[in-house]
Amino acid sequence: MSPPHGKIVVRNLYKLFGSHPRQAMQRLNEGWDKQRLNRESGVIVGVNDVSFEVAEGEIFVLMGLSGSGKSTLIRLVNRLIEPTAGQVLIDGRDVSSMNRRELIELRRREMSMVFQSFALMPTRNVLDNAAFGLEVAGVGRAARERRATEVLEQVGLQGFATKRVDELSGGMQQRVGLARALAVDPSLIIMDEAFSALDPLIRREMQEILLGLQREHRRTVLFVSHDIEEALRIGSRIAIMEGGRMVQVGTPEELVAAPADDYVRHFFSTVDTSRFLVADQLKADSVPVYVHNGRAPEGCQVRRDLEAQDKHYAFVVDEQRSFRGSISLEKLALLTADDRPLSLEQSLLKPVAPVAPNLPLSDVIERLISNEGPIPVVDDDGRYTGAITKGRLLSRLQGAQP
Amino acid sequence: MNFQLHIGDWVNDGVDYLLDNYSGVFDAIGLVVDEFASTIESLLQVMPAEVMILLFALLGAWRLGLRFAVFTLAALGLILLSGFWPQTVVTLGLTLSATMISLLIGIPLGIWAATSDRVNMLLRPLLDFMQTMPAFVYLIPAAMLFGLGRVPGIIATVIFAMPPAVRLTTLGIRQVNKEIIEAGQSFGCTSSQLLFKVQLPNALPSIMAGVNQTIMMALSMVIIASMVGAGGLGNEVLASIQRLDIGLGFESGMSVVLLAIVLDRITESFGDSRRARRSGYLSRLFGRISGQRAPVKGESH
Ligand SMILES: Nc1ncnc2c1ncn2[C@@H]1O[C@H](COP(=O)(O)OP(=O)(O)O)[C@@H](O)[C@H]1O
Ligand SMILES: [Mg+2]
Repeated sequence: MSPPHGKIVVRNLYKLFGSHPRQAMQRLNEGWDKQRLNRESGVIVGVNDVSFEVAEGEIFVLMGLSGSGKSTLIRLVNRLIEPTAGQVLIDGRDVSSMNRRELIELRRREMSMVFQSFALMPTRNVLDNAAFGLEVAGVGRAARERRATEVLEQVGLQGFATKRVDELSGGMQQRVGLARALAVDPSLIIMDEAFSALDPLIRREMQEILLGLQREHRRTVLFVSHDIEEALRIGSRIAIMEGGRMVQVGTPEELVAAPADDYVRHFFSTVDTSRFLVADQLKADSVPVYVHNGRAPEGCQVRRDLEAQDKHYAFVVDEQRSFRGSISLEKLALLTADDRPLSLEQSLLKPVAPVAPNLPLSDVIERLISNEGPIPVVDDDGRYTGAITKGRLLSRLQGAQP
Repeated sequence: MNFQLHIGDWVNDGVDYLLDNYSGVFDAIGLVVDEFASTIESLLQVMPAEVMILLFALLGAWRLGLRFAVFTLAALGLILLSGFWPQTVVTLGLTLSATMISLLIGIPLGIWAATSDRVNMLLRPLLDFMQTMPAFVYLIPAAMLFGLGRVPGIIATVIFAMPPAVRLTTLGIRQVNKEIIEAGQSFGCTSSQLLFKVQLPNALPSIMAGVNQTIMMALSMVIIASMVGAGGLGNEVLASIQRLDIGLGFESGMSVVLLAIVLDRITESFGDSRRARRSGYLSRLFGRISGQRAPVKGESH
């Protein structure tokens, strides 16, 4: 087994709820399915053989319908829930084999959590709520209040320190929740539907705050959401959960481009996914390509070809399909006005910088605007794979379903 | 049918057995309780009546406002003027002693039952039994085990008045929002930090409601406990019944009621935190007489 790299490494994790989870685990290994397990032994499979890694500094979003096991899974990471089987490693240390002391130390030093219901203590004011984690960890009053004041400022709550938390609106309360999580300066923040209870405008605001905080100081964030827009906006990567299983993991672009099944596709059905299109999905082979195989293509021939096909541009590549340059019919017509043979040498071609396959739509559009003709797309090895034209782009956007 | 269960006989035998074998234990318990109660009582008695009434009024003003302070002055003043102050102080002492012992046992029991389903399951029928048994039935075994006087009165009162303290402590702790508990755990609380920094503070309104109920039940029970010689206002009530003295009955009864209202409203105010607004034992009945309620600040939803 390769050594773990990620901030969080989860391997074959299971959580079964019920009276005899170990026995049920055996049944599951023998091939019983969830339904049968539930029917015959009353066991509920909360998390079913989940493995994934989260890299340092990532915002890793867990998505899935209600009951798909998101909350259970993240609570297995900080062991608010005991796993039935499997491993959770944080910075390479196995959380499930820690004793109480080690676990408490880990929770105090490395991680904190933000909750859907905010979970603030109504008996404490804003400052004391924000300082809660530090207080628990034994930090003295002066030091923890200084730090709490600092983080309250970071989330835009300066001047609220002595307010009671139930005097605040939902959005303000969750800022306190976020401040409480930041105060202990954790390397990992676990957020369970942290913004789901907020109305859309406030939710956007909180997402911006979170992203702003990440820009200042990157932390690893494990974020549960059932809002695909939210997942796409903040997620470095998104994992889709279904019935306790993780059915797909990938960047927003990857999921939009290639949803694993209908369940995943369903999540994106309400989203305008065009902004996740990348160069590779926009290209076509609508531009004629000529190969410079030691001998440059012949100008008059090319002109006649283009005129016959009603094309205005052509690309030239070498034998390795490396991109060499482009030529327009307009220029070609001028060059071959006298019908004398003309070899299309490098000096006659217009250099166009090719784009990488993962260039996002917005950049592609910029290039198309600043560039008069089509844009070549090359793969990671520099080989020409296709061209993006304005017409092609527009028709792709029109029917933007991937 | 000839067959009959002799449960009563078994209980008698049980008490006899306890007396024969453990009278030392009961003597010791009795001694401790007596010492405790007499300390409380003498603390109350060194204070001149006027001073104590003023203190109550100040407490009322702090917790509930000026109108209630005026009511307190009037109510306790009335008791003083009708000549029942000494008995009222004795009753107050008995009530406070019994309440404190009830809470000392009841709140930890309640915490235990909140953390253990098994304890809770064992405790619940016991509490039901303790609460529904007619109050003065406790007096008989109490008197047999501890003799006559205030000790059996206090012991019987403790048993009668403890259940709400246990119940509402358990309820309060179990009702704390699950995510608040998780917040405590996820920030690295030890179990005692979780109890003292998260569970108890959040359960406080409920626990205070339990304290309020315990005090009210203790007060009603120490009156009945005059039957075993506990003393105080109960003696006057008992005498009025024996002599069919309606006037005495009314005066002593009124003293009990006025004391009850003052204690109820003040203790209720401690549980009446900004979050939960509940009614005390008596305040629904007497809310209008005893002045306005505590202002409920920043009431949410
Ligand atoms: N303590 C529990 N006891 C029994 N079943 C549970 C418990 N917690 C969660 N479950 C079940 O596990 C499944 C996953 O729940 P959860 O993780 O809360 O889903 P999500 O957060 O995705 O909505 C659900 O079927 C739920 O009913
Ligand atoms: Mg959930």
